Amino acid sequence: MYVAVKGGERAIDNAHAWLAEERRGDRDVPELSVAQIREQMTLAVNRVMAEGSLYDPDLSALAIKQARGDLIEAVFLIRAYRTTLPRFGATQPVDTGTMRCERRISATFKDAPGGQVLGPTFDYTHRLLDFALAAEGEGPAPASEAPARAGDVPHVAGFLGREGLIQPEPPVDGVPPDLTRQSMELPASRALRLQALARGDEGFLLGLAYSTQRGYARNHAFVGELRIGAVAVEMEIPELGFTIELGEVVLTECETVNQFTGSKTEPPQFTRGYGLVFGQTERKAIAMALVDRALRWKDLGEEDRGAPAQDEEFVLMHCDNIQATGFLEHIKLPHYVDFQSELELIRKLRREAGEGREAAE
Amino acid sequence: MSEYNFAYLDEETKRMIRRAILKALAIPGYQVPFASREMPMPYGWGTGGVQVTAACLIPEDRLKVIDQGADDTTNAVSIRQFFEKTAGVAVTEETARASLIQTRHRIPEMPLTEDQILVYQVPIPEPLRFLEPRETETRKMHALEEYGLMHVKLYEDISRHGTISTAYAYPVRVEGRYVMDPSPIPKFDNPKLSDCPAIQLFGAGREQRIYALPPYSRVVSLDFEDHPFEASKADADCALCGAGDSYLDEVIVDDAGGRIFVCSDTDHCRARRAAGHLGAEGAPYEEADA
Repeated sequence: MYVAVKGGERAIDNAHAWLAEERRGDRDVPELSVAQIREQMTLAVNRVMAEGSLYDPDLSALAIKQARGDLIEAVFLIRAYRTTLPRFGATQPVDTGTMRCERRISATFKDAPGGQVLGPTFDYTHRLLDFALAAEGEGPAPASEAPARAGDVPHVAGFLGREGLIQPEPPVDGVPPDLTRQSMELPASRALRLQALARGDEGFLLGLAYSTQRGYARNHAFVGELRIGAVAVEMEIPELGFTIELGEVVLTECETVNQFTGSKTEPPQFTRGYGLVFGQTERKAIAMALVDRALRWKDLGEEDRGAPAQDEEFVLMHCDNIQATGFLEHIKLPHYVDFQSELELIRKLRREAGEGREAAE
Repeated sequence: MSEYNFAYLDEETKRMIRRAILKALAIPGYQVPFASREMPMPYGWGTGGVQVTAACLIPEDRLKVIDQGADDTTNAVSIRQFFEKTAGVAVTEETARASLIQTRHRIPEMPLTEDQILVYQVPIPEPLRFLEPRETETRKMHALEEYGLMHVKLYEDISRHGTISTAYAYPVRVEGRYVMDPSPIPKFDNPKLSDCPAIQLFGAGREQRIYALPPYSRVVSLDFEDHPFEASKADADCALCGAGDSYLDEVIVDDAGGRIFVCSDTDHCRARRAAGHLGAEGAPYEEADA
């Protein structure tokens, strides 16, 4: 006698309880607080805010805690929460020229107004495990501080623009499309592309950007400028008739300057790629700029070299890690029915192939 | 869950989805783009079906959710609980008593009625996708009714294997116009798509598409005159209820690879056993195992 398997409901409940226990880990070790994650796992928090497309360090830290440190899972929690939020309106475009830069570097000019500011970077650290961090105790001594620089920091690309050496970015009228409120339509506008890239998976964009550097649609990028810092977010309140500041967000902005020898439609000039991401997320911002530049081949009259990074549909349809991980992981769900139909087909084909061989012999 | 709207989605989102559904019903088999939302379950778990269900549900509905034909598969349980929590609707495992059925990979064995809606979860809505990966191209192909590539694929199957080697998600043509992916149901279920009194809605969340079959649509599985479509199933009877005409799952029962076949549609199997039918391995029906 055979009794069919049942009990999906109980299995789910038990799995969730076990998961909660595993998330907490050894109870002899103090529990992590959300504030600790927010303050000490800042770059993870930033990545979750960027790919979750919601600027909220506290929620992002909570998501990381709940996700047991699985950042894609944390991004998913933030995205699912984000879609339930009401929309009050759109802010004014942020002006990154007024950014309070904590880091600002240019690889194209030795010096420029605003200066080179290294900021809190790993760039010149020697990657030696610091065993002192494993010992609990006093934190590092406070870093020395210089007086804040007054005034705006002009964009490096602007200096090239004055000479007409870099391709201009004419302002675009109209409200940019919102990919979270409309289905993706291809070919996409640049605004939509940048939106998709800004929330795209860092690893995917890193790989694509790297592929352009290795010759798959190479676009000769220099980091014209990379800046990280807080900018004011302002919104026009219709009832008031003027703009008020809502708060600040930290952004990473990367503008690449790309060599370009001209095409049938465009003169020789430098061209640009653009990356703008929430938080201190510079790997992502640079990768985004390189991929943005690669996707602009049509606008600049360049050749389609068939490289993955040039292929808008390929890039935009596959850069979202929540879509990707969902579809990838869904193959672990039951597929008994489809597999059964395949089993029967394979058996039938083998039977027929066997009969065919016998007939031939 | 009181902080969420009835059936989770806000009314504006539901309106957007309902518009897509109406358009889909007006153009049977045509894939209507819609601004799919991020749901609290992963893409691939039925977010398209869940959004369509959420947009259709009314408080008076009685919901049934099946995955692989069964009501108690983990994901069916999870989706049913989601709507119990967020919509507070009544649920059932009985096909006949359900007003809305969300399904993954099966069509119930019992014929549906005009009072029912069947919502399918769809992973890849585009039947031409594995022949042409670009959406920009496949949309053109549908617009121009250019389905030669599909027929060539089926022809090549026959020339290579002597038979069409698609066992599930078998493509269909709707009302002589659009070629449509019926979602990954086994081709055994394809005949039930046609002339069905219920409304059939297909939701693909990740791919942001909704399509539909209005009641009594003519749905034809693609084939050739000399190689007609054939619905197939395992050549066996259900070990529990003895049914010889229902779709069967193969279950491995011992280390020696011994196997039996049981109904994939658990409600169908239960109802048959309740009516006194008994298969070779079945136990007489008791209320408790319903």
